[in-house]
Amino acid sequence: MQKKVFQLLVDNTSGVLSRISGLFSRRGYNIESITAGVTADPRFTRITIVTSGDDEILEQIEKQLSKLVDIRDIKELKPDESVYRELILVKVRVSNEQRQSIIALTDTFRGKIIDVAPECLTVELTGNQSKIEAFISLLDGYEILELARTGIAGLGRGIENVTFIE
Amino acid sequence: MTGADAIIKCLEAEGVETVFGYPGVAICPFFNSILDSDIKTVLIRTEQNAAHAASGVARITGKPGVCAVTSGPGATNVITGIATAFADSIPLICITGQVNSELLGSDVFQEADITGAVESFVKYSYLIKNVNDIPRVFKEAFHIANTGRKGPVLIDIPIDIQNAQIKQFHYPEEVNLRTYKPTVKGHAVQIKKVIRELEKAKRPIICVGGGVLLAGAQQELRAFSEKYRIPVVSTMMGIGVMPTKHPLYYGMVGNNGKPCANRAMNESDVLIMVGARVADRAVSQPDLITQNKILVHIDVDPAEIGKNAGPTIPLVGDAKHIFQDFAKEEFTCDCEAWIGTLNDYRRELMPKRNPNPAYVDPARFIERLSERMEDNAIYVADVGQNQIWSCGYHIVKQGRFLTSGGMGTMGYSIPAAMGAKTAAPDRQVIAVCGDGSFQMSMMELATMRQHNIPVKIIVLKNNYLGMVREYQHYTYKDNYSVVDLTGSPDLEKLAAAYDMPFRRLENMDQCEEVLDVLLQDNNQSMLVECLIDPMDLVK
Repeated sequence: MQKKVFQLLVDNTSGVLSRISGLFSRRGYNIESITAGVTADPRFTRITIVTSGDDEILEQIEKQLSKLVDIRDIKELKPDESVYRELILVKVRVSNEQRQSIIALTDTFRGKIIDVAPECLTVELTGNQSKIEAFISLLDGYEILELARTGIAGLGRGIENVTFIE
Repeated sequence: MTGADAIIKCLEAEGVETVFGYPGVAICPFFNSILDSDIKTVLIRTEQNAAHAASGVARITGKPGVCAVTSGPGATNVITGIATAFADSIPLICITGQVNSELLGSDVFQEADITGAVESFVKYSYLIKNVNDIPRVFKEAFHIANTGRKGPVLIDIPIDIQNAQIKQFHYPEEVNLRTYKPTVKGHAVQIKKVIRELEKAKRPIICVGGGVLLAGAQQELRAFSEKYRIPVVSTMMGIGVMPTKHPLYYGMVGNNGKPCANRAMNESDVLIMVGARVADRAVSQPDLITQNKILVHIDVDPAEIGKNAGPTIPLVGDAKHIFQDFAKEEFTCDCEAWIGTLNDYRRELMPKRNPNPAYVDPARFIERLSERMEDNAIYVADVGQNQIWSCGYHIVKQGRFLTSGGMGTMGYSIPAAMGAKTAAPDRQVIAVCGDGSFQMSMMELATMRQHNIPVKIIVLKNNYLGMVREYQHYTYKDNYSVVDLTGSPDLEKLAAAYDMPFRRLENMDQCEEVLDVLLQDNNQSMLVECLIDPMDLVK
């Protein structure tokens, strides 16, 4: 099993997201995360999918996705040639004694405290997945009340990987 | 002009001649507008068969078949027909009426989310929410259905959109799809590689699938096989690419195929699979076709290549283009010794049957029937034992062999034969089914009578769901469960009820005489019941 990140440029039609997620579910492929948002050109949506499987499955995923009529472009975002970011919001229960250490930890990770309440703090943190995982694991001794993750969004590095639309 | 008028204009622009359908309120504007057109309408008796009949049209004309049904249950009934077409890559345009667009999603009377429901069985689907989109959507739909790997496209149209006024009707000449551009021409480098392998080959073979027929590449493929003397086998869907008695054709492969065809495929050193999916029934052990041989896989759908077996040389493209390109190459291929071996296999590995003389021998009957059928006749096999006997013993001359291969949908033969007959009224069209599959579409005898579609129907009657009975014979040691068809109607009386000539064949003695009557008039439908041994096996 290995992980792959695919970047899709799709026609912004109704139902396109369900066509893509439906393809994954009926063929039994994994989706670890999927993010979608309109591009600078409102006719298109960019989707970043993190998926996993063996080589044959990953090849089939790419080919089956390419067959969907709405998909304009599909490419793999290879780790060395791409940047990935994920955003998390995490709400941690804190006592008065714990509050400063969470703030310090958030500073170290260049996160932000975006909500403070008498019994808890909400932290916003952006980064690649290993940074996010590291931060969450450091919260081990605390009670995480709620955690929201966006899944990753990614882009290829440099101008070589840009798909230009006619 | 209303949206419904515009839809009819689109169908006329695409050259559609017949629409199979079943009306309901939500599709009534469409069926009202079609009265002003020369397009023929056929009232099928259940919606599933509308899609099967459209499939018969598509397979004979090479253009998408069209069916139109109402919303809710009309639309959901058509799903099996759509899935059947999807599995065999048959181009269809399925038009479904839908409730008023303002009521969508509120679970009103006869509302079903049909675009959502068919998502996994269509090549694409549309829900039209603006009447002015109709010309573009239809142009795209016909293009998508009939290019690349063909398949069904569904268009769902709310009743208010059918009734709305369209600003200006202009049917686009060209399709402008930013995202859909299938590859039809084969890569030149890959083509050269294939030729180089064939030059070295001692035991080459071509395995043809339904894709060759869908591409209309029969002539190209036959010419290539004949010029270089390369033997050919086929999958079930590829039957008819080569005439059955062609000296270079060795039969159907697979677990229900001919032993000599399987042996030929397994012992080859260069295997060219073309327009075939390498699915489990044709190739039960994909290892056998990749080990110790060069596997060339030609398909218009890149996702089929490598899905079930990893090829040595993948070649994406349409079979017609690729075999036209192959024809431009000059090379020599020496495989006379191999052809000699295969001819020996063909003689030695003939399956032996021990027919019970008290009944009709389905194998011999199908053989005699097809020998006596016209050269360009269309033979439609249903699903079950009748299908396997048909595959094994039907002799294709220059005609067509149609069946539901991928989905194995019982009841396919009669409506598909009706579609084929509608598309080719001068050709002999014969549906061969079992008594189980017959009862799944016997309501269409009324449609045949009403619309004068003279299909000839053969029912191989054994009072069992024979294929399942055979499976229970082998797997459950004759513990039969829910396969007994006792209670079936008297077919003679049934035929009489529909004013249809009828003959019963009880054993092989009267075979020729019944065939005389059956085949004497192409414009006369007929029902022939053949009594076959309930314990007969396909193997």
